[in-house]
Amino acid sequence: MKEFKHIQTAHCENGVTVKLLKEQGLDWINEPLAFGMGSGLFYIHIPFLKVNGGPAISFRSMPGSIFRRTCKVLNIKINRKKFRSKDNARNYLNEKLNQGITVGCQVGVFHLKYFPKEYRFHFNAHNLIVYGKEGNNYLISDPVMENTTALSVDELEKVRFAKGALAPKGHIYYPEKTEKITNEKIRKGIIKGIKHNVRDMLYIPARFTGVNGINHTASKIRKWREKHGVRNAGLFLGQIVRMQEEIGTGGGGFRFLYAAFLEQAAERLNNDKIIRISEEFTKSGDLWRDSALQMAGIYKGRITSQKDFNDAADIMNEIASVERKALNDLNKLKLH
Amino acid sequence: MKKEELPQDKSHLKNFTREVCYVKNSEGKYVTDLSTGWEVKSAALNNQWDEIERRIKKAKEKIINGKASPILYFFELKLMDLPVLSGYTGFSKWRIKRHMKPNVFKNLNDKTLQVYAEVFEISLNDLKNFNL
Repeated sequence: MKEFKHIQTAHCENGVTVKLLKEQGLDWINEPLAFGMGSGLFYIHIPFLKVNGGPAISFRSMPGSIFRRTCKVLNIKINRKKFRSKDNARNYLNEKLNQGITVGCQVGVFHLKYFPKEYRFHFNAHNLIVYGKEGNNYLISDPVMENTTALSVDELEKVRFAKGALAPKGHIYYPEKTEKITNEKIRKGIIKGIKHNVRDMLYIPARFTGVNGINHTASKIRKWREKHGVRNAGLFLGQIVRMQEEIGTGGGGFRFLYAAFLEQAAERLNNDKIIRISEEFTKSGDLWRDSALQMAGIYKGRITSQKDFNDAADIMNEIASVERKALNDLNKLKLH
Repeated sequence: MKKEELPQDKSHLKNFTREVCYVKNSEGKYVTDLSTGWEVKSAALNNQWDEIERRIKKAKEKIINGKASPILYFFELKLMDLPVLSGYTGFSKWRIKRHMKPNVFKNLNDKTLQVYAEVFEISLNDLKNFNL
């Protein structure tokens, strides 16, 4: 077997995308580029859905979409399969490994033994790479881990067939062989990614998505103390902070990662204006960190008055206006 | 966020991994750096676990008071929600809710209970003779 070089990234799906595309010869790809071309930046306060009685919020696009969109803008065909039968899922995986193909798998983290127990919830949209098999063990490269690891046949089967929301159903995927990607195609991919992201963040006609969604959450936060009491409201704020900052976001709810993408985009598109917009996203990321600090003050019980809730909401309103302006500026660039 | 501002706080990631974060170096360019954790989010995670403990305790009390069956306890202990337990057992959410009632639970046959025991990773005996 050829030597396998593990890549650690902030986010699991970015990492799998980067590694699988590198295997296809795209040696220029890195995490910010995959995230940006896959238009991963997002915000949604999902209506009617509660997580532990609190808000269901995501700072990124739908699970699976970053890999799909990145491949799409580069015209790379994807092979993907889900399974009813565990035997078929296992056989298919073994077959691909025997052919020397490195694959991505969607898994649940509750039974993922190499994660710390405190992080093991029933979250089913985690991604990892399987790159080989030795005896009864699969060789695993999990992009959020510092090093490669291994799972037994049973252990991998258990996480591939985790149950609940977004159940993976043995989901396995890898990109098809591709011709050399020209610089022109990379530039086009970057532009498509930016345009898609501007559309997602500004022009979805719903009050709970994109920039509107940030204001939507802010207005809810103003009411939480009265409606749910300080303790529950604090738990809800903690939930926001975890979605925003927990392992996988690169900090500041993916905003720093997006700023890093724009920095690279500026260089590749030879457009200095994009650097300024990258700065705006850095500012937004910093504000998200400030907002997390303010919220932590509340859920740690240090500051719990209505004014403190309002202050947190005010920061979010400010974030919304910073991001709206940055995205509008991106939109006005007329990239082509 | 500047590289030197990246928090290196104690967290549950210790001895498992460090996480990649995107920060600006002294020249104002983005680079990645590894962080051991941030106290702000550790506090949020710890609160979440306190809340889980509280729910497990509440489930116990309900069982003592004859208001719920042991299934509720293990359901909370394993951090489940109804779609998760329904997925693993193959029982409908409606049936599971019924099985959480003590009167229904005591008439369940071993075959049904065995399914629950396997999902909860306990013995049939542990489930039947639930000992607080």
